[in-house]
Amino acid sequence: MVVNKVGREIPKQYADQYGVYAGEEANLADYQLATKQVHPVKPRDNKQLASIHDAIVQTGLKDGMTISFHHHFREGDYVMNMVLAEIARMGIKNISIAPSSIANVHAPLIDYIKQGVVTNITSSGLRDKVGAAISEGILANPVVIRSHGGRARAIVRGDIHIDVAFLGAPSSDEYGNVNGTKGKATCGSLGYAMVDAQYADQVVVITDSLVPYPNTPISIPQTLVDYVVVVDAIGDPEGIAKGATRFTKNPKELLIAEYAAKMITGSAYFKNGFSFQTGTGGAALAVTRFLKEAMIENNIKASFVLGGITNAMADLLTDGLVEKIIDVQDFDHPSAISLGNNPDHYEIDANMYASPLSKGAVINQLDVAILSALEVDTDFNVNVITGSDGVLRGASGGHSDTSAACKMSMVIAPVVRGRIPTIVDQVTTVVTPGSSVDVVVTELGVAINPQRTDLIDMFKASRIPQVTIEELKTKAYQITGEPAPIQYGDQTVALIEYRDGTLIDVVKNV
Amino acid sequence: MMELKQIATAGTMESSDLMITLSPNETGLVIDLQSNVEKQFGQHIRALITEMLTKFDLTNVTVSAVDKGALDCTIKARTVVAIYRGLGKTDYDWKEINAWIA
Repeated sequence: MVVNKVGREIPKQYADQYGVYAGEEANLADYQLATKQVHPVKPRDNKQLASIHDAIVQTGLKDGMTISFHHHFREGDYVMNMVLAEIARMGIKNISIAPSSIANVHAPLIDYIKQGVVTNITSSGLRDKVGAAISEGILANPVVIRSHGGRARAIVRGDIHIDVAFLGAPSSDEYGNVNGTKGKATCGSLGYAMVDAQYADQVVVITDSLVPYPNTPISIPQTLVDYVVVVDAIGDPEGIAKGATRFTKNPKELLIAEYAAKMITGSAYFKNGFSFQTGTGGAALAVTRFLKEAMIENNIKASFVLGGITNAMADLLTDGLVEKIIDVQDFDHPSAISLGNNPDHYEIDANMYASPLSKGAVINQLDVAILSALEVDTDFNVNVITGSDGVLRGASGGHSDTSAACKMSMVIAPVVRGRIPTIVDQVTTVVTPGSSVDVVVTELGVAINPQRTDLIDMFKASRIPQVTIEELKTKAYQITGEPAPIQYGDQTVALIEYRDGTLIDVVKNV
Repeated sequence: MMELKQIATAGTMESSDLMITLSPNETGLVIDLQSNVEKQFGQHIRALITEMLTKFDLTNVTVSAVDKGALDCTIKARTVVAIYRGLGKTDYDWKEINAWIA
C-alpha cells in the first residue's frame, strides 16, 4: 500500500503503474503528443458502409483492441449497445471500451462483461445497474474512472490509445462531416467526441440523418473520418434531456441556491465580465435564476458561461446577460438548438474545456464554478462517484478539473439526504481533493475552506450565515446518527484517477 | 409479558418513512427489515425497533419493516403506534412516549 497526499491507501501494483496523487500540479510535466495510424482516403474511394457489421469487418477490429464512444446522447444513446451487440455476435472478445461516460441505458454491458466480450473499461461514471454490477466485482480488471479533462489528457498523451472510435452523429454527409445540431436526434455540442475523432486510429461515424455533401457546420471534419454507416436511429431525443431537472420548488434547495447566489454576488468576482459554470441539479438551476436577477438589478454582464449547458444558460444569452456560451456538452434540447442558431454559443472539445495538459483550458479562465456532491468531508474532499453504501453510482465529470482551475469553486449540497449525512468525517471515495474546494454551501450556512484566507477576509462582513465544516458534520450526524463503516471486499473494482493521471483513490468491491 | 392481539401496521412507503407490520407469533422476536440504508444503519434500526418492543414487554412478535431512510424519531413513532394498534389500545401515554422519542 502507498498512502497518497489525501491520505488514501493505493494498492502497490496500481501505485507503481499510475503513480499516486501528490498535489494538484505536482505531475503536470512536458510530454509528447500521442501518435496515430492514418489510412489515406483516395479520390473515388467510398466511405459509406452498409452496416455496423461491415464497419467492424473493414476496421479489422479484433480481440484485445480499444474502442470508444461519446455520451452526448446520455440516457438516449443507442450506439454503444448496437456496436457491442454486433461485436458480441461476431465472437470478438477481450475488448477495452473507453466511452466518455456510461448511462443506465447501457445495462446490456453487464452481459458483455460476463461473456468476456468487454474486459477493460474506462469512463467518467457508472450508473445504477452497471455501477452495482461492477461494485459486486463482475469485472476482473478495475474500471478506470477519469474526469472529463483527465480523459482528454489520457487520449492526448496516449495513456488511452483508441483503435476504433464509433461516434454517433446527429447528422453527417457521406464523407463524414459531422455536427450535433442537425438531424433526428440532436445533442448539440460534440465536445467529447471531437477528441476521439482526432486521436483514434480509425473513426466510424454512425448516423441516422445522412445529409447532402457538404454538411455544415463541421464539428468533426471528413479529414478525421474513415467510414460512415447509416442506421435507423442513433438515439432517443427524449433520453438526451432525461435527468435534466426543472426549476426546484424544494425549500431546502432554494435556500442553498439563495446562499450560493449571494456568495457569488457578494464576492469580488461579481463584476462586469465575470464568468461561471453550473451543473444540472435543481439547486444549480435555481442559482442561475437568482444570479440572473442580481445581474439585471446590478447591471452586470458575464463574459462567458461554461459547461455542461442548460436551457437556463441559453436564456441568459438570449437576454443579453452573457456575451458567450462555451459549450462542451448540452444537457437539454433547447441548449442544443441554441448552439445551432446562435454564433455566440460556441462549441469546444474536451481538451480545450478541461485538460490539465493542454496549453491552457477554458476552466483556467473561469471565475466561479457551482458543483454538486454526494459527500463532502471535513478536509473538504468531495465524493461524486460512490454512494454512502460504497456502491459505484455517480460520475467524476468535470468536478476535479473545474474545482482545481477556477477562482472560486463552490460545492452546493444539503447537510443530509434522507438519513444519509452529506457532510461526513471521511468521504467514501475522494474524487476532488479538498485543496480544490473553496466553499461548501448548505441550508445551514456556508463553510469557507480555511486555506482560502483571502475568501475568509472577503466575506468577513457578509450576512450569509457562516459555519465551520466540522459544525456542519456535527449537525448532520446529530440528525442521522453516525453511520456504520462499510464492509468492503479485497477486490479493487475501480481506480479513481486524478486529472493528471495519478491515483487519488480506489474503490473496493461490496 | 404482553401479547399482541392482532396484526397491526403503521407508516407508509414514502421516502424518509418506515412502514412496519407486527404479527403475533409463539416463537419469539423475528425482525425482517428491508432498508435502503441497511449497510450504514441496519443494525441500529433493528436495535431501535427491539428497544420499543421491550418497553411493552413484547417478545412473541414477527416484525416486517420497510425503511426508506427514516430518522430515529420516525422509526420509534411508527413502531409505538403499531404496538398500540396491535394491543388494541388507544389510551396513549403521551408523557411516557415523549420521553422515549425525545
